[in-house]
Amino acid sequence: MKIQILGTGCPKCKKLAENAEAAAKELGLSFELEKVTDINQIMKFGVMMTPALAVDGNVKVVGRVPSSDEIKAMLK
Amino acid sequence: MTDNDNALKHRYLKWLCGISCGSGLAVLYWHLAPSAKWVTYSLLSLSPESKFSSAVEFFLFETPKVMLLLTGVVFIVGVIRSFFSPERTRKILAGHHEFIGNVLAAHLGIVTPFCSCSAVPLFIGFVTTGIPLGVTFSFLISAPMINEVALVLLFGLFGWKVAGLYLITGLLIAIIAGWVIGRLRLERYIEPWVYEIKVNEALEETAIVWNDRMRFGYDAVKDIVGKVWPYVVAGIAVGAGIHGYVPQDFMASIMGREAWWSVPLAVLLGVPMYSNAAGIIPIVQALLEKGAALGTVLAFMMAVIGLSLPEAVILRKVLKLPLIFIFFGVVAVGILLVGFLFNLIMPYMGLK
Repeated sequence: MKIQILGTGCPKCKKLAENAEAAAKELGLSFELEKVTDINQIMKFGVMMTPALAVDGNVKVVGRVPSSDEIKAMLK
Repeated sequence: MTDNDNALKHRYLKWLCGISCGSGLAVLYWHLAPSAKWVTYSLLSLSPESKFSSAVEFFLFETPKVMLLLTGVVFIVGVIRSFFSPERTRKILAGHHEFIGNVLAAHLGIVTPFCSCSAVPLFIGFVTTGIPLGVTFSFLISAPMINEVALVLLFGLFGWKVAGLYLITGLLIAIIAGWVIGRLRLERYIEPWVYEIKVNEALEETAIVWNDRMRFGYDAVKDIVGKVWPYVVAGIAVGAGIHGYVPQDFMASIMGREAWWSVPLAVLLGVPMYSNAAGIIPIVQALLEKGAALGTVLAFMMAVIGLSLPEAVILRKVLKLPLIFIFFGVVAVGILLVGFLFNLIMPYMGLK
């Protein structure tokens, strides 16, 4: 499973990365976490608000930091 | 009982809880003035004549009042924002006559969630899908400048006239400055790589239910109120201190209505400064209390929160320098005019 954090490095992006990692670990998933900071790449996802979370290439959350519980539901 | 029934019951319970919390706070709000009086003069038994006790009463009344207002408004704005996403805003803006686009964009700037850290993706997402540059700027100007926290604090501390003037003139600046930038045909100052980016069509919007919208409001309260409350309390403490002690007309000679040059000076000082809206209000209050003119002070406030160097640095990625200078220049002139206008009409509106 590929988890991507889209954002140009704001504090919220870090928080989102932490929550996503915690969620994936709790579920015991084998995953790869990638931080996408290049604006070209971010725009390819069609995202206009950062941070955003994509799972296996599909954008799940835009512009806010969901709790790790919320992320767990998205990873299942 | 099935899981479904349980979930339903749980949801009703949440709603019930929310409604009773809301009405509880409303009742509290109406009893603040007598409570503050009672605590000051009965519980603490301060003498009613002293400057100190009137400062204490001011603080005890204003702090919970402003915090309650702030919490309520931030919650409501959070819920309203759940109806607007940049994707939806872009859809609304597409295909209008340009000036109508400016007007819409300025209004949408208030209700669309925005943070200056995502100004670049938003800018690219707008201009590459055919939103005119001027309309995009109307949005980018209004989003930071018209701030719900500032609006509530102005309303709570100075009344609806000041808050209304701030809202209306903020909108006017965003509309007119955006329109001027559009007329100037400055597209050549956008970095060329912006147009080469392949922007994927907007994501499909996920359906959200009222429960989610309430959570947006709750998150907004946690995020915004959690961050700004120390500034609010500090601001009111400053206000309470000034309330009785500092001479009323301390600032009148340098920032009063007579000193016309104080408006450009306030804007010049305000542009390079950057502070969040809650941080600037204590200064606004201190200046006003000491006799500075309202127009001058509002111009200062708008320059500080509306134009910021960090945002300029962020936007430099997509805009060439001349366009950034024109953007700041046009908005600064707008703020300047608003400052003069305020100082001119203040006496006719029953404001000092």
